[in-house]
Amino acid sequence: MPAKTVSSSETKSVQIIDESGGADESLLSGFSGEDFRRFFETIILARTFNHRALSLQREGRLGTYASILGQEASQIGTALAFGEEDWLFPTFRESGVYIARGYPIWMLYRYWAGDERGMQAPPGFYLFPMSVPVGTQIPHATGAAWAMKLKGHRKAAAVYFGDGGSSKGDFHEGLNFAGVFKVPAIFICQNNQWAISVPRARQTAAKTIAERAFGYGFEGVQVDGNDITAVYKVTRDAIEKAKAGGGPTLIECFTYRLDDHTTADDSSRYRSDSEVEYWKEREPLKRLRTYMEKKGWWSREYEDGVTKSAEERVDSEIRKAEAFEAPDPADIIQYTYGSLTPRQGRELKELKWRG
Amino acid sequence: MARLNLVQAINQALAQEMERDRDVIVIGEDVGKDGGVFRVTQGLLDRFGPDRVMDTPLSELGIIGSAVGLAAYGMKPVAEIQFMGFTYAGLEQLFSHAARIRSRSRNRYTCPMVVRTPYGIGIKPPELHSESTEALFCHMPGLKVVVPSDPYSAKGLLASAIRDPDPVLFLEASRLYRSIKAEVPEEEYTIPLGKASVYQEGSDITVVSWGTMLHRAAEASEGFDCEIIDLRTLRPYDEEAVVNSVKKTGRLVIVYEATRIGGLGAEIAALAAEEAFEYLKAPVIRIAAPDAVIPMARLEDHYVPAPWRIRAAFEKVMQY
Repeated sequence: MPAKTVSSSETKSVQIIDESGGADESLLSGFSGEDFRRFFETIILARTFNHRALSLQREGRLGTYASILGQEASQIGTALAFGEEDWLFPTFRESGVYIARGYPIWMLYRYWAGDERGMQAPPGFYLFPMSVPVGTQIPHATGAAWAMKLKGHRKAAAVYFGDGGSSKGDFHEGLNFAGVFKVPAIFICQNNQWAISVPRARQTAAKTIAERAFGYGFEGVQVDGNDITAVYKVTRDAIEKAKAGGGPTLIECFTYRLDDHTTADDSSRYRSDSEVEYWKEREPLKRLRTYMEKKGWWSREYEDGVTKSAEERVDSEIRKAEAFEAPDPADIIQYTYGSLTPRQGRELKELKWRG
Repeated sequence: MARLNLVQAINQALAQEMERDRDVIVIGEDVGKDGGVFRVTQGLLDRFGPDRVMDTPLSELGIIGSAVGLAAYGMKPVAEIQFMGFTYAGLEQLFSHAARIRSRSRNRYTCPMVVRTPYGIGIKPPELHSESTEALFCHMPGLKVVVPSDPYSAKGLLASAIRDPDPVLFLEASRLYRSIKAEVPEEEYTIPLGKASVYQEGSDITVVSWGTMLHRAAEASEGFDCEIIDLRTLRPYDEEAVVNSVKKTGRLVIVYEATRIGGLGAEIAALAAEEAFEYLKAPVIRIAAPDAVIPMARLEDHYVPAPWRIRAAFEKVMQY
């Protein structure tokens, strides 16, 4: 008897605005000039934040920092698609996600200066503190989405990770649970092609990361991660589906990390200048600018104004961050449990005595 | 008052907590229809339904990792891991996330979850089903570790663990599941975490123990005037109870089935040296397992503290 095909899958890749600024207008009907300006201005703000973070690190005013350059469309396009009530679980390379959600920028600088109060999200911000161990935050979004479903809340939970993170067991177990319990979770992989020095091809033999969703019983979609309109649209669709009870989606944002892995890395050791140059031509702002200019939404004066106001804003956030009072040494102890243990009580006195 | 075994007492605590708080849910492998490999969750699926008692994929990291998200969002997951040795697959989730979410977010997010798991010797299982590696977990700030030694305390301690605002590892001595019965009040009650209990008063030797070995130490104490302390909570443990008792007796023997090096006995001995040095009349003795991998059933009685070893320790401290 001939073997029957019992299962097959195909994976789509979505792009709306290509690298030269050409667009499929039919897919852009839902976007207004206002939307485009919001995309553009948020990218400039995030990029300004990022640029200043790198300078501050060199001056010794921040610790090790992970640049987001090149990945702004993937981060901001996804983050802006969510409602305020949705929960996001970012990693250490998601400054753009925090900024797009309106998270206080001075708090991000505090965090990167080694002050953990920077991750104490103010009321109303459903952003988890950034996860440092790679990929391990994936099941948390599954769990939060599961809780949303059990409580009957019409919300979604989304988690960010990279191509490297997709190799962790947490990816498998988190996505598998999400599929089995059909929870409103959205898995956002920023495939930036490099996990420090290890290329994407060494993470999985699969052709795309998106297609791995098929093995968990739900949809995976690849999107041009440098096209903010496509990223936004694909994310919106996934959110709507999740909130309607349609279960999870894996989104692979196909993008590129233009900077080193972190300020402690030197990417010239493992990748060529020509590769970086190739991707610089495809970075997210360039095509957005070209397209907006065609539509009459962009001018040099407009961009200069946006840049100037982003710089002023970031400067004032840095001043605020650096003027912020030093943390109390008691902070080391007092957030371990809901209340101090007797031993911690004694240790706290000792810390205070030392000053 | 009904006489219940450990399985029944834990089952009753789970049912009462689920009755009391709609956010309490039970997740794990085989916890639904099967009622758990030790039948601890028996009847809960029928009583509370499939949205509150959920069989999961065979996936310990997934169970513990998703419990972190469930708890952070506002559920109170009680996750069953079938054997302590299987928690290792989920250690990163427990250590790097559950134990740290409160601190990392400076109180904004918390992780009120319970991981229940059987531990220790006594049921003749395959390898890795008899682990007693509580010290690993006791080293981790942000976690709490609880070990009941009898049905009465199991019920009250589990109720407290479920109501606790932080993640709790709840260790259930598999040898005790059906081997001892005790009177357990039908109504709900709690026993505070972090407090030891005096199992037996005495004046010559302080014996600190927990779980299965507490009973072995008690049997071995025949003929000695031992004050036996049931630690109940291993993290944060009741330092005051230990120190006060050592000050009274001047002698300390710690009895436990885990390996000695880097174990909890070392911590308790060091505490006595720091806080009650001038009261000690004899060296502190740890009666623990040898520095070796726990063997399977044929050799396990040679591995964990034998009654004669415990008695020899009592004799030694009395004759010093």
